[in-house]
Amino acid sequence: MSQEPLAATHLPLSRWGISRRQLEGRIRRRRWADRIIRGLMVASVVVVLIPLFSLLIYVGRSGIQGLDLAFFTQLPKPVGMPGGGMANAIVGSLILVGLAAAIGVPVGVMAGVFLARSTSRLADGVRFVAQVLNGVPSIVVGLAVYGLMVVPMQTYSAWAGGVALALIMIPLVTLNTEEMVRLVPRDLNEAALALGVPAWLATLRVVVRTALPGILTGIMLALARVAGETAPLLFTALNNAFWHQGLSNPIASLPVTIYNYAISPYPEWHQKAWTGALVLVAMVLITNVLARFFGRSRYDRR
Amino acid sequence: MAVPIRVEHLNAAFGPFQALHDVTLTLPARQVTAIIGPSGCGKSTFVRCINRMHEETPGGRVWGQIYLGDEPVYGPDVDPVVIRRRVGMVFQRPTPFPTMSILENVVAGYTLLPGRPRDLESLAERSLRQAGLWDEVKDRLRDSPLNLSGGQQQRLCIARALAVEPEVILLDEPCSSLDPISTAKVEETIMELAQRYTVVLVTHNIQQATRVSQHTAFFLLGRLIEFGPTEQLFTNPANEQTEAYITGRFG
Ligand SMILES: Nc1ncnc2c1ncn2[C@@H]1O[C@H](COP(=O)(O)OP(=O)(O)OP(=O)(O)O)[C@@H](O)[C@H]1O
Ligand SMILES: [Mg+2]
Repeated sequence: MSQEPLAATHLPLSRWGISRRQLEGRIRRRRWADRIIRGLMVASVVVVLIPLFSLLIYVGRSGIQGLDLAFFTQLPKPVGMPGGGMANAIVGSLILVGLAAAIGVPVGVMAGVFLARSTSRLADGVRFVAQVLNGVPSIVVGLAVYGLMVVPMQTYSAWAGGVALALIMIPLVTLNTEEMVRLVPRDLNEAALALGVPAWLATLRVVVRTALPGILTGIMLALARVAGETAPLLFTALNNAFWHQGLSNPIASLPVTIYNYAISPYPEWHQKAWTGALVLVAMVLITNVLARFFGRSRYDRR
Repeated sequence: MAVPIRVEHLNAAFGPFQALHDVTLTLPARQVTAIIGPSGCGKSTFVRCINRMHEETPGGRVWGQIYLGDEPVYGPDVDPVVIRRRVGMVFQRPTPFPTMSILENVVAGYTLLPGRPRDLESLAERSLRQAGLWDEVKDRLRDSPLNLSGGQQQRLCIARALAVEPEVILLDEPCSSLDPISTAKVEETIMELAQRYTVVLVTHNIQQATRVSQHTAFFLLGRLIEFGPTEQLFTNPANEQTEAYITGRFG
């Protein structure tokens, strides 16, 4: 955007077959185009940021009133009784997300590395399945797990909730891992092979290692995504008004608890729902920030 | 330690496209052999056959035979990993491992394998000295290799290849992205390597071939056209295509 005198004015313009006036006109048009495009981009950024910040501010303002220590340490109280918290739902969410990660991360990362390194028909099939699974609405995932686990086990359970969340995580982690591994230049793999390193070690300790920050970022973002999922938990993990009672029993979670409180007719429960929403948003935000942090490599000077 | 490389009726293809046709020659030990020829004539393919890297390319096929000394490079019971330990390679573009420090890069040929080997620091120093890089990096061994200049990165890759103590060093246009001063340093390194290793140098630079090599092989369209002592090949080529190439009439 510098407004220096036109560098071209002292060049023999006839070489380009245009007069100085034509040239100046062209440059002026380009400057205008530049300004217009810049303006459009700033506007788009604002359009993206407005909903985000209004959501954060609104949830923050509404939720902060009910935020106290008891919210993190106490069980919910029955309607009409003051106090109480959502400690069981917070712990339950952590357990469910932990279960989902324990299943989804190894499966997703290994499948992603396989997709990136293989050219077989099987790889094409796996990629297709992952893409389809990625597009399945989360309520459908919940229904499927209901049929596959809740019905045979004859109970809602933390296991079923964890599996449902894992099914949402796996395609996210798989497709992201594949992309990250593919971004590693082939030269690095060849350099390791040329040193006499066996192919599987070259893949693991050079290629995957180089892609690791991106893979970890993808995992954290997938965790943040499933931490806020409600639909797949409604008929898998169900809910629970008490502390968790083992993984084979229904378990409370923040999203489902917020949902139940929000649709109840009691104003004090609405307040609790707002506070729960604030806690959930904070957890997701922290995970996202951690993801950025992991995404920086050891030698990053950003 | 250094062994001659005997290439016999070597052919290589990418899927249906045959890139090398019936190449036969012997690269002498403890000398630099330069490989020259126009772009796309199969120079890279040729050196990648020597350390069995060609078969890593999708569709890559090789037939014919190569011997390191008396031992075959191709065969049902030859492990490519063992061949690659004996035949080190430096690529056209520097390829330092970005997640490792300079020091870790030099000894990567050991640390990437299971088991902790002997004194890595002194090994690293020795390799870096051989590659002519020690004085420039000795105070920043823990730094990222990405902060090095292109020429330094290339010598780092040479040091990394030397650290595993190969018998043969393949250099595929190691100076193509380097400035004249870095080039001179790498050339000096190459000439020193020739005292202990069998060195194969792919180059587009005819002056470079005359400066550092004792023998030169000229390739054209996947065929070996002429092979002989460098001086003879450049002053008195037997083949008129060779003459046309070195006098700059094509290529
Ligand atoms: N991955 C590939 N798939 C198909 N053909 C290839 C592939 N790599 C190289 N080739 C072809 O093989 C021939 C030889 O290529 P090679 O890379 O060995 O040439 P080169 O002599 O090293 O050229 P340069 O001097 O440009 O590096 C060329 O015709 C090229 O198009
Ligand atoms: Mg080449």
